[in-house]
Amino acid sequence: MNIEVRQPVHGAKDSGKARVGIFDCDIHPKSSLEDLRPYLSNRWWDYLQTYGQRQRHGYVKGFPYPKSQPLASRRDSWPPGGGLPASDLDFMRQQHLDFYGIEWGIMNPLSPTGQGEQNDELSAAMAFAANEYQLEGWNRRDPRLKASVVIPYENGEMSRAEIRKRAGDRRFAHVLFLSRTSELLGKRRYWPIFEAAVEAGFPIGVHVFGSSGRPMSNTGWPSFYVEEITEHSASLAASVTSLIVEGVFERYPELKIVLIEAGFAWIPSLGWRLDQNWKRMKDEVPHLRRAPSEYLREQFWVSTQPMEEAEEPDHVLDMMAWIGWDKILFASDYPHWDFDDPFVALPPGLSEERRNKIYSGNAKALYRLD
Amino acid sequence: MIGALAAIDCDVHPTVPAMTALSPYLDDFWRAAVVERGINSLETVTYPPNAPLTARPQWRDKNGRAATSAAELTAQVCDRWQAGIAILNCLYGVGLLFSEDMAFAFTRALNDWVAKEWLERDPRLRASIVVPLQNTEYAVDEIERCAQDRRFVQILVLAMQEMPLGRRHFWPIYAAAERHGLPLGIHAGSTYRHSITSLGWPSYYIEDYASHTQAFQSQLASLVCEGVFAKYPGLKVVLLESGVTWLPAFLWRFSKFWRGVRAEVPWVDRSPAEIVRDHVRLTIQPFDAPAEADRVERAIDHLRSDAILLYASDFPHWQFDGDETMPAGIPPALRRKILVENPLATYDRLTL
Repeated sequence: MNIEVRQPVHGAKDSGKARVGIFDCDIHPKSSLEDLRPYLSNRWWDYLQTYGQRQRHGYVKGFPYPKSQPLASRRDSWPPGGGLPASDLDFMRQQHLDFYGIEWGIMNPLSPTGQGEQNDELSAAMAFAANEYQLEGWNRRDPRLKASVVIPYENGEMSRAEIRKRAGDRRFAHVLFLSRTSELLGKRRYWPIFEAAVEAGFPIGVHVFGSSGRPMSNTGWPSFYVEEITEHSASLAASVTSLIVEGVFERYPELKIVLIEAGFAWIPSLGWRLDQNWKRMKDEVPHLRRAPSEYLREQFWVSTQPMEEAEEPDHVLDMMAWIGWDKILFASDYPHWDFDDPFVALPPGLSEERRNKIYSGNAKALYRLD
Repeated sequence: MIGALAAIDCDVHPTVPAMTALSPYLDDFWRAAVVERGINSLETVTYPPNAPLTARPQWRDKNGRAATSAAELTAQVCDRWQAGIAILNCLYGVGLLFSEDMAFAFTRALNDWVAKEWLERDPRLRASIVVPLQNTEYAVDEIERCAQDRRFVQILVLAMQEMPLGRRHFWPIYAAAERHGLPLGIHAGSTYRHSITSLGWPSYYIEDYASHTQAFQSQLASLVCEGVFAKYPGLKVVLLESGVTWLPAFLWRFSKFWRGVRAEVPWVDRSPAEIVRDHVRLTIQPFDAPAEADRVERAIDHLRSDAILLYASDFPHWQFDGDETMPAGIPPALRRKILVENPLATYDRLTL
């Protein structure tokens, strides 16, 4: 939710509580197409100037569902010196990284990155450029900010090539998908990506949004932005199901999937439903050696933002326990409007140990960034 | 009187044996068309005929079909499982047709077939009005026609449609529903206008079946956001064969985002969670619950309502084994409400 504009509290009296350094799994640095230019060929630069991007939706600029506010960003996140929210590292430090004591942050760039672009070649060129700019424009200047390996995910082989370029580079934290892929994520076309990620030791981060080119729901196009953002967990549930049922984790047992900005309370129910279907119809999927909920429990991690809020707070704690206290990672979603303030986002009543795991321990174990 | 009634089964499925069964209820033109065009079957892949889920093995006849007669159905759900009333939801694939006129003709025949071959045969049976959503005027006409028969207690539509059910396009149907005291029953199933998930066609049937959950979520979001319940405060919605444990998490997310961006839908003037609890009911099969009884109790607690669940066996679909019609872990105090009181409070036309 929008938060009040606050001044940095350097030197101010804190609550006195010792805080662990926070590992923020979802920060959205904003680059411009101009920023990517040094890493794009003339061909693609000229192409973008003339034809622009075609991202499986109808608008040249803007979004199919207009956001609730400009660029879906916090009103106070526009840098005083000008530019777009999260485009100015100094202001990001002042407002977020330093203010909250972020020890590590993972950048999940959303646009322009070429992800979901109709033209695979252009998508691959832009992904490469987005990766180079994350290193040069951000990580080099502030090593707390880890990069995502942006890939042209609709083309498995091109994605594999990009992942191989980044293998062994510790400045990258994970491989990034947007959730609205053109097909379900477990389909064979994406397997080269999983193979390359496992080879390189990268988890896969799946961040909500993107344009699949299909209706937003399996019953057609809704009317409102509030429906679009609510629908993301539904589409992701279908892809999580696909990853499990297709046998991706039998083929790639080391594969780790991080669900970002998708909520998490829907996960236990999905596991129960799939287990029930599987028990009745195991003969359809003989390649699955375990109950679907076991893959869900072992291969997936979730991030906290937007933090689940039940009418009765202890209901959220049930869900967190059922998912596993070791599988939940803190995320802020800076600078977006539904940003979760690291100081107050987690539900009250968590033990110090569990808070520390969510704020930092679980992510450190997963990303091996110690 | 309530005390004498053991259960109201809100979701059972009569099987149309073949298209020829509907011929007596078609006019000359459509009866000839069925023959000349070779329209033998409108069974849908939502329930592949031989798939385990579609019917429990011992209920299948020599052709592999189950629930093909009123006697067979009532022997199981009314006699053995003691439902004093059972509501027939016929899932024959008339909703998938693309021709509005064919859909109207076949739907009328289907409802007449249900009245004649089922409702006439056993006084414990009630039915839902299948409506041709392909054309809103036709749908309203069919509601007006069938609503004269008080044994039709609900309107039946499939969960996956060409467009979300909240769209204003459909509102005359909800006006008719409210006028006649008919809940809108939304049943698992698809008209196959879009891929079965919003990210494409899954490889396996168990994925198809799980994907219905997402359609129910989208329909609730649409009905609330478009303002259907503000416009028709008397309208009730029943989710049939929807599963139940997904609801709390969906309502948390939906209600939270509504708080954040509610200026977009100002007619939604209170939390979606409250609106859904006031207007929406869910049947208990399939019961998508965990194995552990204490978790079942917690999951039920998350619903925050003892009025929201309705008893259903989902006969002849194979959702449970033996006679375990009531899932383990449901607190005893809630059972009576689920079995009788909640269905009676939901269906205005059910009287004892």
